[in-house]
Amino acid sequence: MAITRRSLIAFAATLALAGCAKHESSQEITIRIGSIAPLTGPQSHLGKDNDNGARLAADEINASGLVIGGSKAKIVILSEDDQADPKTATIVAQKLVDEGVNGVIGDLNSGTSIPASKIYSDAGIAEVSPSATAIAYTNQGYKTAFRVITNDRQQGHALAEFAAGTLKAGSIAIIDDRTAYGQGLADEFEKDVKASGARIVAREYTSDHATDFTAILTSIKGKKPDLIFFGGMDAQAGPMMKQLRNLGMKPEFLGADGSRSPEFIRLAGKSAEGAYASSPGLPLEKMPGGKAFIEKFEAKYGKIQLYSPYCYDATVALVDAMKKANSPDPKKYLPFLAQTNLTGVTGPIVFDSRGDIKEGAVTLYQVRNGNWVALP
Amino acid sequence: MDIFLQQLINGIVLGSIYSLVALGYTLVYGIMGLINFAHGDIVMVGAMVAFTVIHLLSGSGLPMFLIAGIGILAAILVCMAVGYLIEKVAYRPLRGAPRLAPLITAIGVSMLLQNLAMMIWGRGYLSFPALLPAISIPVAGAGISAVQILIVCASAAMMSGLSFLVKKTKLGNAMRATAQNREVATLMGVNANAIISITFIIGSALAAVAGVMVSAYYGVAHYDMGFILGLKAFTAAVLGGIGNIEGAMLGGLLLGIIESMGAGYLGAITGGVMGSNY
Repeated sequence: MAITRRSLIAFAATLALAGCAKHESSQEITIRIGSIAPLTGPQSHLGKDNDNGARLAADEINASGLVIGGSKAKIVILSEDDQADPKTATIVAQKLVDEGVNGVIGDLNSGTSIPASKIYSDAGIAEVSPSATAIAYTNQGYKTAFRVITNDRQQGHALAEFAAGTLKAGSIAIIDDRTAYGQGLADEFEKDVKASGARIVAREYTSDHATDFTAILTSIKGKKPDLIFFGGMDAQAGPMMKQLRNLGMKPEFLGADGSRSPEFIRLAGKSAEGAYASSPGLPLEKMPGGKAFIEKFEAKYGKIQLYSPYCYDATVALVDAMKKANSPDPKKYLPFLAQTNLTGVTGPIVFDSRGDIKEGAVTLYQVRNGNWVALP
Repeated sequence: MDIFLQQLINGIVLGSIYSLVALGYTLVYGIMGLINFAHGDIVMVGAMVAFTVIHLLSGSGLPMFLIAGIGILAAILVCMAVGYLIEKVAYRPLRGAPRLAPLITAIGVSMLLQNLAMMIWGRGYLSFPALLPAISIPVAGAGISAVQILIVCASAAMMSGLSFLVKKTKLGNAMRATAQNREVATLMGVNANAIISITFIIGSALAAVAGVMVSAYYGVAHYDMGFILGLKAFTAAVLGGIGNIEGAMLGGLLLGIIESMGAGYLGAITGGVMGSNY
């Protein structure tokens, strides 16, 4: 019931926004871009972060005076809440398609991006995900699905190399949150560590809404792994880390991009110390536009959580394609989007034939003195 | 064996929390025949209030146990007030109405509390401070933390206190009389409305304590934490026979142990067919 009401409010707000847009002068074209992320629930901090990234890009482009096809253009971001729920994501996607948006930034999660991508593909609207890393997202053959982040095949490989190579973990326990992202990444990781000779002593599951992990951690405790890998988001990884140390367990903790946020450290408290996690792409400070982005973003919205630079780049890439095509019509600008070649905040943005980013980097981090520090 | 023992301890701790929450369901059901679906959200309010108070006081230099004590006390008082208000505003006007009406109201109150909490405390997860030092006492290879001991002891104390209150005191007599037949109890000079209010207040106080415990145990609090917890506690109350105080305690413990054992062993026994995500 709460869901319905919330989405009703969001719907009303969007209608109001759309209404405003229609009343503007006819010389100026309004380009409407949907921004979809979980704005409520355990991942709302990440969702808001993503949304702010897209908004920052839109504000800057608007301020610099955008001209498309000879007429002045203005970008309006339509924020939608998918609640990190695949079902809601398809409803929201259909709504944006019905409203005739020019393009879409989203979704945040892989589990939501994958079902939504079919709807955008059927409608021929470009979807650029800033943070969906599951392989399946661009593997469905849709010409409209793009992402500006390294995918899980590359990330899982780097994580496995780190676990088996650098940390020399011989026995490994794997936990995932049964989402497309968590499970997909855990599968990739499992495949690669097995190939490098490590033993998988346990494979456990939780959900993306759980807070109690004592039972699965206890059953893992009996198997004495050197390392625990978690495929999932920070809202689970934080409490999990805390409960892990409260149970007196000493194994290394390795997460992926979903766990590598300030939120993880806040939730895990002192237990966070020493945890490892990877992130696609370069560390924020080493990104070509990283420093400037931190300043701009933090002046306006506060601390960066995870993906806002990617959201910024996704928006810039989308608008860049529209500029080159001289049209905000997806049919016209899609070929230009596929040929994107620009240097964004996060690095060079060039898509391969699937819509994946070419030469995506992966960086590993460790919590030291309450901060994520990039490992060389 | 040590792993089994650890799972048993986990289960008992979890079960103690469920029992405390289940008592609130059972008390209200026993007296009014109403399933108070807002009860889980009162648990959440308790956790949130304690969180705020502990955060405000954490810079004051008071010792941690005192801060925690004040936090729990504040949570209990606020929850008592909320419980009283809910009964007065949402349920009392429907005293003579068909049973479905107060049930729908209960769901409405639950939504109201959740959305209010979302507006006040935000949508994200709050990191609940550790009330006790994270020490682990070894018991035959397993470990019990100070928080776990506190949870089990506090719930046991509160449950036996409640049992005593209902069975041995005058107030308990009046409560049981109201539960059996409200009209006859009123004829005998029992103020049924006051008894119902008191029942709600007691149930809410238990919920507040449960809220603080569950947040301190897991280290997180968030606005919709009461929903699943309430559902599980309701299941526990039904398992033990709703309306029955000992039943609720037993049901809670049983559910906690089953959950913990299930998560620990079901995956291994069924070869991963049934997972650990319950």
